[in-house]
Amino acid sequence: MSAPPTLTRETKTGSALVVSNLTKRFGDRTAFSEISFEVGYGEVFGFLGPNGAGKTTTVRTLGTLIAPTSGSATVAGIPLSPENGVEIRQRIAIMPESPGLYLRLTVTENLEFFAGLYGLHQPAARIKEALAAVNLSDRASDLCGGLSKGLRQRMGLARTLLSDPAIMFLDEPTSGLDPVAALEVCNLIIGLRQKGVTIFLTTHRLDEAEKLCDRVAIMNQSLRTVGRPDELREQLFHKALIVKTLAPLRDPDQLFSPLPGVESWRSEEPGSYVLSVSDPKVAAPEVTRGLVGAGVDVLSIAEAQHSLEDVYLELIDNNAKASQP
Amino acid sequence: MTSLDATRVRAVVRKELMEFRRKRTIVVTMAALPILFLVEPIVSIFVAAPLGSRSYLDHFVILPLLYMLLIPVITPSTLAAFTVVGEREQGTLEPLLTTPLTTQELILGKAAAIMVPTLVMSYSIYVLFLAAVRLFAHPAIASAVFHNGAVLLALFLFAPLVAGWSIVVGMAVSVRASEVRVAQQLGTLASLPIVGVVFLMALNVIHPTFEVALIFALVILAIDLRALRIVSRMFDRERLVTGTRATRS
Repeated sequence: MSAPPTLTRETKTGSALVVSNLTKRFGDRTAFSEISFEVGYGEVFGFLGPNGAGKTTTVRTLGTLIAPTSGSATVAGIPLSPENGVEIRQRIAIMPESPGLYLRLTVTENLEFFAGLYGLHQPAARIKEALAAVNLSDRASDLCGGLSKGLRQRMGLARTLLSDPAIMFLDEPTSGLDPVAALEVCNLIIGLRQKGVTIFLTTHRLDEAEKLCDRVAIMNQSLRTVGRPDELREQLFHKALIVKTLAPLRDPDQLFSPLPGVESWRSEEPGSYVLSVSDPKVAAPEVTRGLVGAGVDVLSIAEAQHSLEDVYLELIDNNAKASQP
Repeated sequence: MTSLDATRVRAVVRKELMEFRRKRTIVVTMAALPILFLVEPIVSIFVAAPLGSRSYLDHFVILPLLYMLLIPVITPSTLAAFTVVGEREQGTLEPLLTTPLTTQELILGKAAAIMVPTLVMSYSIYVLFLAAVRLFAHPAIASAVFHNGAVLLALFLFAPLVAGWSIVVGMAVSVRASEVRVAQQLGTLASLPIVGVVFLMALNVIHPTFEVALIFALVILAIDLRALRIVSRMFDRERLVTGTRATRS
């Protein structure tokens, strides 16, 4: 019998997803190769990559829609295999990029159908709760064909919530939505995150991933990196201070090189300098004192901030350069 | 083979019937096609003059009655052809395949859902037609029709069997077709073997007796069950979702 409707964090141990050297090829074409990662219960895991990177194919593989060519995975504690397909699909929910609703059926009828497929007891209570979670209770009797694209996406989310899944796979949930509708979907995902729902989110909206995800994986057929966005920033970029002065310095090397904590420097434009430092908290006061002591008119001294977009572009650019002959 | 879950099959049947009711084109098509196949029996039974001996009349009414067997063959072909490729075209197949629903449950549920309106339509037409014969046909013709008990019984017993044949052929086409229109055109080919049998009977190559009817019924039943399994095996989730045939390492 299915659990009562909760949509809250379950106490589970171990990993929700364990992927080990998973590869999928379609004939000669490789969709993704040798990818390995783990996702913990209650975690929001972002799966980033350019178009054609293999994100959707990965979701379909983990969702037992297609079979891997090699490698192994455990999904919600069950080994990924064709024999375990039904059991795995019973424990997960996938929202494809297009929600795929039956447009001639009402919102409630669509959800009743899927409740039946998951064999839910007390489907009415589940449907009510899922609709409330995505703020669609007042549209329960509307035909899905009459819903806007944003509302259909919310309806797709309600459908994934219906079975209280151990893992939710959301494939580009804000794709094609206007900014307001995209923000609404993001806020819903934030709400689910706060309730402890495990979410595997594929997206190429980096601002969205940065806001929503505990950890991200960046892939382009193979996995480029996995980690927390701030960890990735630290891995890829040196800590730096950005110094701006009113006029270009006459001899920047003489000024910056002796300062404690400053490892190197470069000038991006006249009056603007990027200083690689070991620890910004140590270096910033020293740099300030040095500049003021040398009589320089300082406009600003700030720690360099790298967004997830910088990380992504750095990795994808490196990948593109590496693949060039 | 995975065991079937009745709840999931029922969910598919319920959803399909709800969708049928709301697709006006489907209702119109389902209602219009059987009317076409009533033209020949109506002309034969109501217009033809009751000339000849009793045994001649008995034989004369067999073909029009057997012709009505084409109604349960033709009626479900449009719906059956839509089942898989239609879901794929409207983007609902992938969400459906992400649920615990097995291929066998999906195929069985959809087949059962098409069988319901097909039989309701076919039996309604048979009953109305026979009532009209009793009330309005020439007494000699009416007597000949109701004298053919074996044929009348076969008409009612064969309806689900030939409908089943048409549904599995339509679904097999739907599983492989790239678009709905192609599937619907190819699906109508399902009627050819049944048309062939009817004509063989009309030409006296096969005589419609109880023994013949029983053998045909068992053969069609066996073919239907076997074909249902074949359709399940033809259902390649990977190809349907990605457009690429499944490959194994």
